[in-house]
Order: sequence, then C-alpha cells, then structure tokens
Amino acid sequence: MKKVFSLPESMKDVWTHYCPGCGHGVIHRLLGEVIDELGIREKTIGVAPVGCAVIAYDYFNIDMTEAAHGRTPAVATGIKRILPERVVFTYQGDGDLAAIGTSEIIHAANRGERITVIFVNNAVYGMTGGQMAPTTMLGQVTATTPGGRDSSAGYPLKVSELLAILPGTVFLCRTAISNPANIRKTKLAIKKAFQVQLENKGFSLVEILSPCPSYWRLSPKEAKEWIEEKMIPNFPLGVIKGNLKDA
Amino acid sequence: MSEKVLMCGNEVVGEAAIQAGCRFYAGYPITPQNELTAYMARRMPEEGGVFIQAESELAAISMVFGASLAGARAMTSSSSPGISLKQEGISYLAGNELPAVIVNMMRGGPGLGNIAPAQSDYFQATKGGGHGDYNLIVFGPANVQELAELMGAAFDLADRYRNPVLILGDGILGQMMEPVKIKKRVGKLACPEKDWILTGAKGRSPRIIRSLILKEGELEKHNRHLQDKFRVMKEKEILYEEEGIDDAEIILVAYGTSARIAKAALNQVKSEGIRAGIIRPITLWPFPEKVIADVSSRINCFLVIEMSAGQMVEDVRLAVSGKCPVHFYGRTGGGVPTAEEISRKIRELL
Ligand SMILES: Cc1ncc(C[n+]2csc(CCOP(=O)(O)OP(=O)(O)O)c2C)c(N)n1
Repeated sequence: MKKVFSLPESMKDVWTHYCPGCGHGVIHRLLGEVIDELGIREKTIGVAPVGCAVIAYDYFNIDMTEAAHGRTPAVATGIKRILPERVVFTYQGDGDLAAIGTSEIIHAANRGERITVIFVNNAVYGMTGGQMAPTTMLGQVTATTPGGRDSSAGYPLKVSELLAILPGTVFLCRTAISNPANIRKTKLAIKKAFQVQLENKGFSLVEILSPCPSYWRLSPKEAKEWIEEKMIPNFPLGVIKGNLKDA
Repeated sequence: MSEKVLMCGNEVVGEAAIQAGCRFYAGYPITPQNELTAYMARRMPEEGGVFIQAESELAAISMVFGASLAGARAMTSSSSPGISLKQEGISYLAGNELPAVIVNMMRGGPGLGNIAPAQSDYFQATKGGGHGDYNLIVFGPANVQELAELMGAAFDLADRYRNPVLILGDGILGQMMEPVKIKKRVGKLACPEKDWILTGAKGRSPRIIRSLILKEGELEKHNRHLQDKFRVMKEKEILYEEEGIDDAEIILVAYGTSARIAKAALNQVKSEGIRAGIIRPITLWPFPEKVIADVSSRINCFLVIEMSAGQMVEDVRLAVSGKCPVHFYGRTGGGVPTAEEISRKIRELL
C-alpha cells in the first residue's frame, strides 16, 4: 500500500502547545513538507521569533535558534553571511515582524539578504494575551483596544506592500490558511520563497493570514470565516512581487 | 605587521581583531569609534570576512549573535549610547552562551552627553548591563599596545568560556595615535573546535541554541552553570598592574586613560618624597579585589581616580571593607583629570 500521509522528516514527532484551531500548527506542517520536498533539511537553519511560535525549534527536526523580539532577520543575516551555502529562514508573528522588528525586516529586505521569511499575520499578539498588533483590523476588539481599534491606534499595516518597493525583495506573496485551496497555495508560495533563496536571487517573504480563535474569541470554524470576511478584504491575497510560476 | 607602526587605537582594535581571526563585524557609526567601523569596512573584505553597516546597534549585536552561532569569531563596537542599545543582545549572547567581542569607546553621558572621553559606563559594563544574572569579562586597556594585545585575549576567552567579552576604552584611547606592534597570526588559529554551532543538521541530530528555558527548575540550573563559569573566570582571569605598592603610604587605583594620568601624578609626588603606589586593574570584571584587600591594612589610604562621578570606587571600597579610607577624585561629563589636580589631591590627603 502506498503511504500518502506521514510526518515530514523535517518535523519532530511531538505534540505542539498551540491552541485548538491556531494556524501555527498548519503552517509548521507546510514548512516541514516544503523543506523535505526540496531536500534541504540538512542544510537549513531556522530562527524562531518571540511570540507564540517561540519554541518552534522543539517541533522542527532541523538546526534552529532564537532571536530577541523582532531581531529575527538580523540574527538570520548574521548566520547567512557566515554560511552563504546554507538555507536560512525566519518564522515571525506580526508583533515580532511588524512592530518591534519593523526596522530589522525593512533593512534585511533592503539589503536583499538571501533569507526566507515566514510571516504569520494573525492580527493580534497571541503570546502576551491578545493585545492589538500593527495588523489588527479597524474595529477589532483586543485586550488593548477594548472599544475596537480606531485609526488613532494606526491602520492595519501592510508590510508586504511596503517591502515591495525595495529593490532587494524578489518574491513577496500573501496567502491565507482559511480553506484547503488556500492552504495548498500557501505551500506553493513557501516553496517558491525557498527556491528564490536557493537560486541566490534575493529576499523572499510569505505573509500568511492565520487564525487565532483564542484571542479573536471565535470558534475555529468562525475564525476561518473571519479571515475571509474581515482580513482578506484588507489584506488582499496573491503575489505582491515576483512570480509563482516555476514553483 | 610585526614591525612597529603608528596607528590610532580604533584602527588597532580592527587590525588586532582580524589577526585574532575575527571574520564578522557589524556596527553602527558613532563618535568616538568611527575609525574602527571604517577600518573594518575596508579590511574585512580583504580578509574574506563580512562587514555590515547595520541599521542600528540593536540589529548589529543581533547580527553578531547570528554570526557567532554559525561559528565565526564576531565582534561589534560602539560608544556609550550605542552600547546601551546593545545591552539587549549582550544579555541574549550571555544567556545563549555565545562568544563575541564588544568594544565600547566611552564618551560623556548620560543621554547623548558629548563626544569627549569618559569612563562613566563602568557600572553598565561590570555589573551586568542588560537583564538577568550574567557577567562579562571586561578589559580596560590603558594604551594602544595593550589594546592590541587584549583583543587577541578577548577572542580567545570569549571562545573558551562561550561568553561575550567587553573592551572598555574611551575616546582618548580610540583616537590617540601611538606606535604599536600587532602580532601577526601565522598558521592556524588557536581557536577551539566548536561542536555546538549551527551549520545544518547534516549527519547528526539537530542542535538548538536558545536561552528560553521554561521547564520548572531548569533555568535555575542553567543559571547555576553560568555562575560556575563566572566563578572560574574570577579565579583565573584577573589581570592588573601594580607599581610601588610594597612600601606605599597611599595607593592610587585607576584604569585606562585615568591610570596613565595617575602615573604621571605618581612620578610628580614621588620626587617630593611621598611614598605612593598604584594598582591598575586591567580586568575590570573580574576585579582585582584581592591585591587591594591585601594592602589595605598596611597603608594610609587609597585614592581612586576616574573619569566618572565615582563608579569603580565602589568596588575598591567593597574590597577594602573599611580597613582604610578610600578617597575619590573624578572628573565627569567628558572632563579629564590632570596630573597636577591628582598630585594636589594626594598632597591634601597626606
Ligand atoms: C523586548 C520584548 N518586549 C516584549 C515582549 C513580550 N512579547 C512576547 S511575544 C509578544 C508579541 C507576539 O505577538 P506576535 O509577534 O504577533 O506573535 P503571536 O504570539 O501572535 O504568534 C510580546 C509583546 C518580549 N518578549 N520582549
């Protein structure tokens, strides 16, 4: 009998700590599959963020490290410049990447660092208890926007679009994991992003709209609907820069 | 470069680091250490190393973190306000047990202060600086030649203990030109084999480098392990220079630039028949407390001289533990004491 589903070699056979319906687990799985399919498990080094995915290194069967909150792309820069033949990725939430680490992500992208960024946009700070993120929707209730976010707290930040104007960025794509078709597209985009690095072309990033049922105060099913109804209109999906063609 | 050449301290730091095998430098410009960043920009590519002008000191120190865990001898440099920003990454380096060398050419503070030489980051350098229970080996070189020699020691010790090492200089040391002989490394470096670095899990199980330790009791265990390392450093790595302390009635304690000036004062008062000696700590952490304690019951008093409002003086007082008076003369905010000022103070005290 042909085995059609098993644990990627790039992942450890352990339970994760993520909440029911959280997107991190799905995204981890896609990342593991891509690393396996590209045959790069033994030459990949990952940098985990500060956020809910802080212990991602316990789930991947690859060399990994941590970074101070938001400095993730700077740590990845140091690794990649010393080991240019290795594959280096960061895995970051929207607080890590789009608030405290805005400077590091823009400048790593602007230098065209040969790294791949997996950017998990869940419109909230999960780790610290559901506070507003830079990507929080207008009107969204969080621990620090009890009346809903209004524009005096800023507008949902579109980091991928901001990065697109930088010559150093080669592949930028926004996907969602709100349904099986979108999950498949997410995997394609992740694969492409790693291929861009393998071809030494420049900086690549995949922004993934991902559910946080716990802090959206929704059921896992409602959370997926909320991505489609609320997030996608604000964060349109698709390739923002480069192309997916040869993935 | 085995002959004597005339170079400024900042450039000497760069060349000595390269000769010690440093192949990664990331920095952000700030006076008075800019010559170093520019030197590395020119020299690193010649040596096949990496130079990055980082977007901030926060990023620079995190780049060093990445380069270090990938196996490189890595360094960064700055001056006081920039070193404050680097504290985040220094704490992470210590927690993750990553070697690195950090250079602080101190300037006047607090705040933006000024760009004149100062020694007012002593507390920050020797008492932790960032968050958490950790220490750095801190060198306080007093001249350009010593700076060159301590750079090599700094990289070796950083690797040996897997802990960051800090060079604490000041604007005078960084910008002063002096004749210097930089040891040229020949052959393979005395760099220990690093069996803990991340290179991709090829033919071995994956490695994780992290400072987050959540399991109950495990962080305390890790911290006790770090404390064990710090204890060994205290036993083995103390360096100081002393002169004329055996029959002294007064002993000066000063490091770096202040120590040079203190020595000039020492010579002035000695010619007047005053029996004065000097203890010059070369490692500021670990601090040479034993030699200070040992002489304290047989002398009249200590005089500590700093380009600060009085920081190292607290460590001297701890070592002396009330056995004799510890006086202080300091200039702050970029003021530099003169030998005459110090001599006058000595005469006053006796
Ligand atoms: C310097 C610093 N500031 C604040 C924190 C606290 N903190 C931990 S995670 C986090 C936000 C994480 O949110 P996000 O990046 O969106 O990731 P998520 O948890 O939602 O996956 C914050 C503020 C910290 N660890 N370090």
